[in-house]
Amino acid sequence: MAFVTDRKRAVGLGSAKDGTHHYWSMQVSSWALLILCPLFVLTFGSTLGGTYEEVTATFARPFPALIAALTIWVGFMHFKGGAQVLIEDYTHGATRAALIIGNIFLSYAAAATGVFAIARMAF
Amino acid sequence: MADVNRGNRPLSPHLTIYRPQMTSMSSIFVRITGNAMLVAALMIVWWLLAASSSPEYFAIADGFLRSWFGDLVLFLSLWALWYHTLGGLRHLYWDNGGSYDVAFAEKLGMGMIVGSVVLTILTVLVI
Repeated sequence: MAFVTDRKRAVGLGSAKDGTHHYWSMQVSSWALLILCPLFVLTFGSTLGGTYEEVTATFARPFPALIAALTIWVGFMHFKGGAQVLIEDYTHGATRAALIIGNIFLSYAAAATGVFAIARMAF
Repeated sequence: MADVNRGNRPLSPHLTIYRPQMTSMSSIFVRITGNAMLVAALMIVWWLLAASSSPEYFAIADGFLRSWFGDLVLFLSLWALWYHTLGGLRHLYWDNGGSYDVAFAEKLGMGMIVGSVVLTILTVLVI
């Protein structure tokens, strides 16, 4: 039995100060992906199946390269946010923390790898 | 709030109690498709990395993506992408003040299922 009042428990913990950042970043990235995904599906879909020379030539052009780079970057940032909510909904404690950190690592690593690969073909 | 019972409280009904409905199923599939697309996304990143590395490495990654297994993953992910996109549109509609009327939500759910299949077929025909 703890003889502590509700107020005493709350004092000093501070407010969250911010509660809308996650929501807002998912809104913005989903609007962006609404434009990017169809363009990426068309450019990537028509490139897949080509020879090595055709593929590298495609991503050396500005439009396919920019669409692919933006889709991969924004897509993985959107994934980072969505997968984090999935983790938060179904796991707890240290497992949750480990999975959230792993999810962030994976998202940035994959996004950076994709953009790096495209840049190497583009330049 | 001070010393409430935090361990042994009755739980509200959850997945094991409710029968599957259009609203809950169309919603959970947005989550499933969104997270499952990770597989295809990593495959595409690997394919791009291989293409930027060497013709030999590209041949390995390209062979995998165009194998029956790679083809299956990419095809299912294409459907997942369209379904998730339509589900996302529904979310944007709701999040920006749209109607939560159940009958209408069920119509939207049916629209997501039919729409995603139609868009997938159209995409395969175009590319």
